[in-house]
Amino acid sequence: MKIEELSALEVSFNRLIETLLIKKAENEQFTVKLSSERSQFTRFNHAKVRQTGCVADGWIELTLMSDQRSSVRQFPFTGNWDLDWQLAYSALQELRDELILLPIDPYLVLPSGTNTSREVHSGNLLAEEAVVSSVLEQVNELDFTGIYAGGIVIKGYGDSSGQKHWFATDSFTLDYSLFSASGQAVKGTFAGSDWNKSAYIAKISEAKKQLELLARPCKELPRGQYKTYFAPAAVADLLVMLSWGAISEADIQQGNSALAALSRQEKQLSPVFSLKENFQRGLVPRFNELGEMAAPELPVIEKGLLVNTLVNSRTAKEYQKTANGANGSETLRAPEISSGNLVFEQILPRLDTGLYLSNLHYLNWSDRQTGRITGMTRYACFWVENGEIIAPIENLRFDESLYRFWGENLVDLTDFQEFIPEVGTYDSRQLGGSLVPGMLVKDFTYTL
Amino acid sequence: MWSELKKAIASFDIPADWIGIRAVKETSTSRSVRDGLPQANGKSFTIGAMLEVLVNGCLGYAATNSLEPSSLQAAAQTAYKQALAASEWWIHPFGESERPKVVGEYKSPFLEPFDALSPGEINDLLVRICQTLKVDDKIVQTIAGASTIERESWFVSSNGSEVYQKILSIATHYGATAQDGSIVQQRSNNGSQANCYQGGLELLKQENLWHRVRQIGEQAVELLTAEECPTTRTNLVLAPDQMMLQIHESVGHPLEIDRILGDERNYAGGSFVNKSDFGNLVYGSPLMNITFDPTVAGEFASYGFDDTGAVATREYLVKEGVLQRGLGSLESQARAGVSGVACARASSWNRPAIDRMGNLNLEPLNASFEDIISGIEHGVYMESNRSWSIDDRRYKFQFGCEYAKLIENGKLTKTLRNPNYRATTPEFWHSLIQVGNAENWQMYGTPYCGKGEPNQAIWVGHGSPVCVFANVEVFGGGS
Repeated sequence: MKIEELSALEVSFNRLIETLLIKKAENEQFTVKLSSERSQFTRFNHAKVRQTGCVADGWIELTLMSDQRSSVRQFPFTGNWDLDWQLAYSALQELRDELILLPIDPYLVLPSGTNTSREVHSGNLLAEEAVVSSVLEQVNELDFTGIYAGGIVIKGYGDSSGQKHWFATDSFTLDYSLFSASGQAVKGTFAGSDWNKSAYIAKISEAKKQLELLARPCKELPRGQYKTYFAPAAVADLLVMLSWGAISEADIQQGNSALAALSRQEKQLSPVFSLKENFQRGLVPRFNELGEMAAPELPVIEKGLLVNTLVNSRTAKEYQKTANGANGSETLRAPEISSGNLVFEQILPRLDTGLYLSNLHYLNWSDRQTGRITGMTRYACFWVENGEIIAPIENLRFDESLYRFWGENLVDLTDFQEFIPEVGTYDSRQLGGSLVPGMLVKDFTYTL
Repeated sequence: MWSELKKAIASFDIPADWIGIRAVKETSTSRSVRDGLPQANGKSFTIGAMLEVLVNGCLGYAATNSLEPSSLQAAAQTAYKQALAASEWWIHPFGESERPKVVGEYKSPFLEPFDALSPGEINDLLVRICQTLKVDDKIVQTIAGASTIERESWFVSSNGSEVYQKILSIATHYGATAQDGSIVQQRSNNGSQANCYQGGLELLKQENLWHRVRQIGEQAVELLTAEECPTTRTNLVLAPDQMMLQIHESVGHPLEIDRILGDERNYAGGSFVNKSDFGNLVYGSPLMNITFDPTVAGEFASYGFDDTGAVATREYLVKEGVLQRGLGSLESQARAGVSGVACARASSWNRPAIDRMGNLNLEPLNASFEDIISGIEHGVYMESNRSWSIDDRRYKFQFGCEYAKLIENGKLTKTLRNPNYRATTPEFWHSLIQVGNAENWQMYGTPYCGKGEPNQAIWVGHGSPVCVFANVEVFGGGS
């Protein structure tokens, strides 16, 4: 998106807020959320282009509150004032007609703060027409598959109490896999705001080395318990589970959390394990659906103990807690697991004999109340003997409790962390990612 | 809409071999209640167009949420440039045969329009469901929700296609959480968001609604004192609301031809099925008959045409246990050289079409539910999915259910909690030893089938009778 177009969208968004402020009745409050993007998506398979295109999208979510009732309307935001205002005004009228029909919501939270923020992160991305050749020229002899997603993403917020936020970032992610002839694969991500050709070449060279290891014959392992090293990308996959029925205060209160036992202090995790929300990297907006700003840092688990859950203002009101700027769904937005003492060179010697897992796949709670998670190994996973990689493995299913692998069985975390970017594109391009170390775990349970 | 779209195509000044526009307008509502109090009320409206341009066998696309002539013109230019930039690196040379001329329309059947009840009346119904679910003080949470979608799409192309489709669909959900100390159990109506159908507001109040609501509440409480599902190998009887997931994950996804061609390897994965398996592979027991059927009235993913204009017809994917054809669009069929179905679908105007499931059904045979249970000496009967995980080749899976019963000497006896089972796909489908009849055939659906890069969540429907699988590994919860 050109800078003029970005600026026009901001002007149009501000005008929308100002006009809604004029139109609102005295007993009404509102919030306005904006999500917009101009993205290129180029999909690859066998080092060829499978699909390529650009998406110009944007929508407004207007929430109207009155007499302890609320309702929401979502509609397109194009930057064309006449079109956008027509939709917004029609939504406002519809909401007014609907609110009087709805039941009272005792836990409705009205916007009340005075926060404002404005962040615009510009980038130096590849030109749209240059993406295909720039990506594929480096990998044309490999079985390369994946997606390049790049462009500008905008998140905006405004409300009837005068809060206003604008966050725009120009970025890309290249999420790829390199496959061996036998079907084994190395997974990688290359992401940022500036396309750096030499960094991309270095990344591909590194992946090629792992691909050589995958050329060895596969080892099929029987089910059982194995000492296991989880590389940072695998740790990030496990971490995501905490945002799905675990770390949310509402989930804890409503009997839906895998961390309920930790919350009740019936169980604790390893003193080596600490988790916090860290917004200081500036990759995601700090404001939430009510315009509230999260603290730059929020400790969540410290030395194995739950010190904070994610609490939004609605949950706080319902359960008499203190809100901490969490989003509507009380999910982690900028998680960081602290590093430990395991140095890179000691990973294989300390593992000695066991499994080296680069990635995991398709995780789900198998028994949420006991924190038990099932899932699969995937991509560049190896059998290690006497500190040496012996062979890639046939994929294994695991079924294990977080109270074991982040608790009594956690041997150590690496002394380095990696940033694992969020590459999801459901509804729109997701932002941010997780900062995590690798981890060494004993007696991890594999079942199939 | 027709005239604007056709006029736009005629006005584009680009040297393309073919141009198509798929415009989508969708209005959806979502209302939910927890413990009788409102959680969410809202309506979402989206409109936009996906333009595809074919240049030298290469397709490029551009999607815009503005249908102004200048926006469509700009999108056409962008799509053209995308196709041109990729032309040296294109995976397969496509032509008009992958975008055939087609004219027609499809409309969902319905009885009551979505405005037959006011938002207040729908909330009242949801509140009453919550109140009825609370059959005991041990019920600590009740939820109820309903959502509707009205989606219209127009597909026009430079070779004369004109397709209009209007789909009305509705999804309902309710459930209860029961707690006794540290024991927590959840029970819902056929699993999370499984009651998804095409139709109108008549679907909001299903037959026996209040009996079913009370039953869900009672079963949530019953699970608190139930025994853990035993760890053993036994006969596994799956209700249609779990068969839905079983068919989806271990038949639907592995038969997607784009997966077999490798498109999904970086995200959803590949498949244990190969191109050469079509027509040959014995996928399961001779009792296994699976159809791709977009013609079932009221099933969630019924339609007349896919999003590239292919006419949708009922086809056998697996017949008497043998794999017949795959879930592959015209593009995938051209690339793979195997038979497919009309399944190129996109989640909305802002995503390109890819191979998707539509309705995938297990055809009924002749066993009544009573006959099935009475013929089993030992087994476990499971209902309603609560956990799902399967590997990237769709081979090793583990699924969990909300509710189970022990089968002893031909009778359903004790209630079991935390029931799970695991197997590999071929082993499992070969162990199919009994298939229910049309009377116990039920259909469900989900709006959350995820796939594709960029990611797309799409709606699918699945119908099945009760089925029996022999010698399956079952087990309970953790400690």
